[in-house]
Amino acid sequence: MSGFGKPLKIALGLLVIAGLIVVPMNFNRYGLFILSQWAVMTIAAMGLNLTLGYAGQVSLAQGAFVGIGAYAAAIMTTHGWPLPAAILVAIVLSFAVGWVLGYPALRVQHHYLAFVTLAFSTLAFLVFRNESWLTGGIYGISNIPRPHFFGIPTNKPLPFYYVCLGSLAIVSLAVWWLIRSPWGRAFMALRENPLRAQSLGIDTRRYTLMAFAIGSALGGVAGALYAPLTQYIDPVPFNLSLSLDLLMMVIVGGAGFYFGPFLGAMIAVLLPEWLRFTEGYYLMLYAVAVMLLLIWSPTGILGILDRYLAARRTKAASALRAVAKSRLEAAQ
Amino acid sequence: MSGLFDLLVAGLATGAIYALVAVGFTLLWQTSQTINFAQGEFVMLPAFLMLAAMHAGAPFWLAIVLGMLLSMILLGLAFKMLLVDPMMRHGVLPLAIATMALAIGIKEAVKQFFSAEASPFPSIVPTGDISILGHAVSLQSIGVLVVAILAVLGLTTLLNRTSLGHQMQAAAQNPTVARIIGVPVERMILLTFLINAFLVALASLLITPIYLAKFSSGEVLGQAAFIAAIVGGFNQVRGAIAGGLLIGVLDNLAAAYVSTQYRAAVPLIFLIAVILFRPQGLLGRAEERTV
Repeated sequence: MSGFGKPLKIALGLLVIAGLIVVPMNFNRYGLFILSQWAVMTIAAMGLNLTLGYAGQVSLAQGAFVGIGAYAAAIMTTHGWPLPAAILVAIVLSFAVGWVLGYPALRVQHHYLAFVTLAFSTLAFLVFRNESWLTGGIYGISNIPRPHFFGIPTNKPLPFYYVCLGSLAIVSLAVWWLIRSPWGRAFMALRENPLRAQSLGIDTRRYTLMAFAIGSALGGVAGALYAPLTQYIDPVPFNLSLSLDLLMMVIVGGAGFYFGPFLGAMIAVLLPEWLRFTEGYYLMLYAVAVMLLLIWSPTGILGILDRYLAARRTKAASALRAVAKSRLEAAQ
Repeated sequence: MSGLFDLLVAGLATGAIYALVAVGFTLLWQTSQTINFAQGEFVMLPAFLMLAAMHAGAPFWLAIVLGMLLSMILLGLAFKMLLVDPMMRHGVLPLAIATMALAIGIKEAVKQFFSAEASPFPSIVPTGDISILGHAVSLQSIGVLVVAILAVLGLTTLLNRTSLGHQMQAAAQNPTVARIIGVPVERMILLTFLINAFLVALASLLITPIYLAKFSSGEVLGQAAFIAAIVGGFNQVRGAIAGGLLIGVLDNLAAAYVSTQYRAAVPLIFLIAVILFRPQGLLGRAEERTV
């Protein structure tokens, strides 16, 4: 993204943030719900992007962590605990389970890892569905309260949208910091060449587990926001297709790009809504759009931009070279 | 003990269908590194193609032939040329994601153009029971087992006994060398896609009379085939067959003896154990690591 000037980039970023704050003010209830859902899914996809895009560990279990977070928040807040406490518990719980799930990653890689996480995802769904004493089983948990912040109730859609947006901002800053820290560099070393990373003294074991645990913890955060957003949860939204959807978001947006999950979640959450005028066809069109995009650019949307900018830089560089060469020849 | 015997026969019958689907799955993986997340939907679709042909007035046998041919064109030829070919060189993951999108597309298309309700499907085997060793066994289970075993035997004969089969194996194991010694690798890969399409269409024909034709029935099937393929050995045809039978039996026994709520968990836990302790699968050979 270094093709743009820095002031331009900052201005663009501020414009988008201002837009996200101001524009939804006169949205209706449904529009705000969709936009809040986008913010929540972006958080989950950012977690997966850390695990997959930066550390290179395929996970098909992110949906299960969203489920763990959602159930933790639902159970705690319906028992009178405040939401921030529930989010904290969701983080700790998802982090711990994610850490344990990372152990297979130490033994097996790539598609085998995908299968282990896939199995975990389905197992988690079975637990959500069958342990009715805890999760309410197929009847789920209803009347999940929305929190009060600084005495302001967030029962209405707009205040709660700001809660989601604020959480997204905090998570975005944390991830931005993380990928620029030595940890982030270690993750990328792990993705590019684990053997060399190890020979450079990076504890690949610890960082693999870390990549899983941190990514999963963000899934937990997303879940803990999802529960009060919908105010009712049952096991169905947290089945395997959520994990597959989240994976699709990361790849479609551009795995390993910081802004990839934002775009990917936008396409997965908003595009079907925009296509709703086509009635029964919208999911079909969505599927076709995803396939066409991946055929055109397997590295996702940001991959297109990245290639375009790289091509422009090469062009500019060769133009400079041509000028320098002709100057040299003229001087001789 | 008659309960156990019945469970075993029923389990073997479902397992044989899983095996057909799992074999196709491993064939695609071996020749083109395609992890087909739409494999379950591939099994769901042919039944609807056959139903559509019957609604158009074709007799059952003609509907089967038409359904098989259409499946091979759509799920074999078109799938390879339109989706796999353009994406193959970009690695495993983008293609796997594209097949997930394809799964959604097929499901939604069937729901939209056909029906969201489950439709009954005629059986190619007459219903009823026969008596074996004093046990009443449904003819359907026997029929499914016989057809599936014949298909698998035919396939293994093709792969191991004919020149064509040897060429396919060469193309799968080492495409570069295969090309040098004159194997038409591209054509062999296309052939595996056609075989996969044939196998899923056959599985569709066998399983749909039991579970009805429904747009969402691919999810469970796809996952079962997936587990069967990995448990048996992702890179071995005979592994996939063993895995399919094993998962079918395990699933039925778990439903009877563990709990109906957690029956689906038993194959999954088994899968995790296999991956952790024998990642190449029960019958597979270890894949060489590239790094």
